[in-house]
Amino acid sequence: MYAFEFQKPTSIQAAVEALKDDEAQALGGGQTLLPTMRQRLASPGTLVSLSGIAEMRGVCRADDGALCIGGGTSHAVVAQEAAGIYPGLAGLAARIGDPAVRNRGTIGGSLANNDPSACYPCAVLASGARIITDRREIAADDFFEGMFTTALEQGEIITEVRFPVPEASNYQKFIQPASRFALVGVMVAKYAGGVRVAVTGASEEGVFRWTEAEKALSDNFAASALKDLTVSADGMIADMHGSAAYRAHLIKVLAGRAVEAAA
Amino acid sequence: MTTVTMTVNGREVSGEAEPRMLLAHFLREGQRLTGTHLGCDTSQCGACVVHVDGRAVKSCTMLAVEAEGAEVRTIEGMANQDGSLSVIQQAFQDHHGLQCGFCTAGMVMSAAALLADNPKPDEREIREYLEGNICRCTGYHNIVKAIMAASGQDVSAMAAE
Ligand code: FES
Ligand code: FES
Repeated sequence: MYAFEFQKPTSIQAAVEALKDDEAQALGGGQTLLPTMRQRLASPGTLVSLSGIAEMRGVCRADDGALCIGGGTSHAVVAQEAAGIYPGLAGLAARIGDPAVRNRGTIGGSLANNDPSACYPCAVLASGARIITDRREIAADDFFEGMFTTALEQGEIITEVRFPVPEASNYQKFIQPASRFALVGVMVAKYAGGVRVAVTGASEEGVFRWTEAEKALSDNFAASALKDLTVSADGMIADMHGSAAYRAHLIKVLAGRAVEAAA
Repeated sequence: MTTVTMTVNGREVSGEAEPRMLLAHFLREGQRLTGTHLGCDTSQCGACVVHVDGRAVKSCTMLAVEAEGAEVRTIEGMANQDGSLSVIQQAFQDHHGLQCGFCTAGMVMSAAALLADNPKPDEREIREYLEGNICRCTGYHNIVKAIMAASGQDVSAMAAE
């Protein structure tokens, strides 16, 4: 990797200041950014580590019942500490990458990167979570803008994510064993106001909501409610691991499994 | 260049590091602790696993400067005080949990992290925990068996392969 300057502020304020530099890039757990830099696909002039900011770490419960997760919280901590509150989300975090990756990787880093096959974007969209940054609050439905693209501005930091806790939920990940990302992943979350279904790993546009399934499941929360639905292969990712048609098919299969497993 | 200070295997060490220096290189080249291996260099194989503040991490995917002030433990810090092999290491030897040994440091460090969290894992939990540790030789079976044995579980019924 190319040489860079390194800063490790201890407050959000100081990090925002440091990131005003055009050449600066925020560093979360580095589990994607460091490999990318090592391939010389990214070469920021300065890395601003967010790992020294204590106020951005941890899991808690807001007054309105939402589960709040600091942007710098590792997947391992979410897997452990969210288990009793939002098991569907904890289960998702527990299967990202591998144990060593989960000890470093952070929720904020994963969301800011918005890899089209990542797990966390799926949870955020399925939960209708709110993304809190150093300067504003962004609804999940407005946050993801296609592969590796989000509503974040240059230098904007995800300080916290707030998840409304569903009555029942489950995430089904059809794992691509070499990368340990989702070949396809589907999260189903049932709220008093209706069911939300989000899909990762499938679309060339990145994570998306499967609205037909949401409607069907809101009427009848059973896998059988999906039986007459089909997902078009148009716009699905096709690669050596699976064709577009295969991914489209998997969405329905996994959604059904998620409904059956929802707790 | 900055000076990075951390505790490695109970000893405070300092070394010069450019920000881009990886923890793996700080340990191997700076500290001459070459037990930590670099297999893939792309955070796939787990040969480079060390503990940072008690948690397993891939030292090829962490900057040395990020370990400033941390407690780091490597394979060199795993033996008992008197130099004899620790329970996990001994179990790898007894159950043929290694062949070429390239992956072994990472396997032992991952196993130690697993057992610290989950003192009596079942076979499935061990296999799942080792998802990020790749072995080119053993076929994993004896590694799993060694970890079962190290956690004090009876492995006599597991096939010897
Ligand atoms: S060398 Fe670090 S994971 Fe392979
Ligand atoms: S013993 Fe050779 S790679 Fe595992």
